[in-house]
Amino acid sequence: MAPVATPFFFYLFAAIMLIGGILVITRRNPVHSAVALIVTLLAQASIYLMLYAPFVAGVQIILYAGGIMVLFLFVIMLVSIDRSLRERQFNSQWLIGLIAALALGGLFIAVYLKGKNIFPERPLSIMESDNTQRVATLLYGQYMFAFEIASLLLLVAIIGAVVMAKRRI
Amino acid sequence: MESLLHISTLHYLVLGAALFLLGVIGVLTRRNVVIVLMSIELILNAVNLNLVAFSRMWGGMHGQVFAIFVITDAAAEAAVGLGILIAFFRNKETVNVDEVNLLKW
Repeated sequence: MAPVATPFFFYLFAAIMLIGGILVITRRNPVHSAVALIVTLLAQASIYLMLYAPFVAGVQIILYAGGIMVLFLFVIMLVSIDRSLRERQFNSQWLIGLIAALALGGLFIAVYLKGKNIFPERPLSIMESDNTQRVATLLYGQYMFAFEIASLLLLVAIIGAVVMAKRRI
Repeated sequence: MESLLHISTLHYLVLGAALFLLGVIGVLTRRNVVIVLMSIELILNAVNLNLVAFSRMWGGMHGQVFAIFVITDAAAEAAVGLGILIAFFRNKETVNVDEVNLLKW
């Protein structure tokens, strides 16, 4: 069965995400961008729920919207000076960057037009109610090595962030 | 998409591609380093949306496990990137990407 998403909710959350994304890249004040990104992340968690991934939705809300964005807001408050709010907000190679991004957009449109009939709609036999158990079985079974490497990565990131931000090493 | 009313996997992929494009525009054109880092988070979220949509299409949980790992890596990268930003701000008193031009000839 295809993802049982009523079209209204899909288009509503997709519109929220796209408007939030546009607000992130066009606001002058970085705090406004951070709040728009939080709204985008919460709308994306709703779309994860529509895709029957409640565990990933919970991780997204707790880690992304509740951890990473709070870290962003702290650092914005540390480095945001009033002078930077009155300067130009697009960098010196904005035209080349926009052309490159539009070329990427053209590539996406070409890929879509060529391959839009390629995905089969396979009927899924189960409507799983044990999503968290199945994710945990995979995470601690087949992907145990990647799990340990991820914890090592987090340790390295903690040490690196503390060393980078210290005043005297 | 045979119709706009029957939400298939392709709808989610198009939404992910649009978010990816917005993130790429943000990385390439903005001047404030913090907003560039937030655009990178937009790109990572677009990739996560693709992964979870394919995980739903194929029925296994592999895409969701991969998405959890991507969120973990995004947290680590955001922490280190913001630490670098603080060190950069302490040196130059500005958060312009145009000021990072020591390699320019």
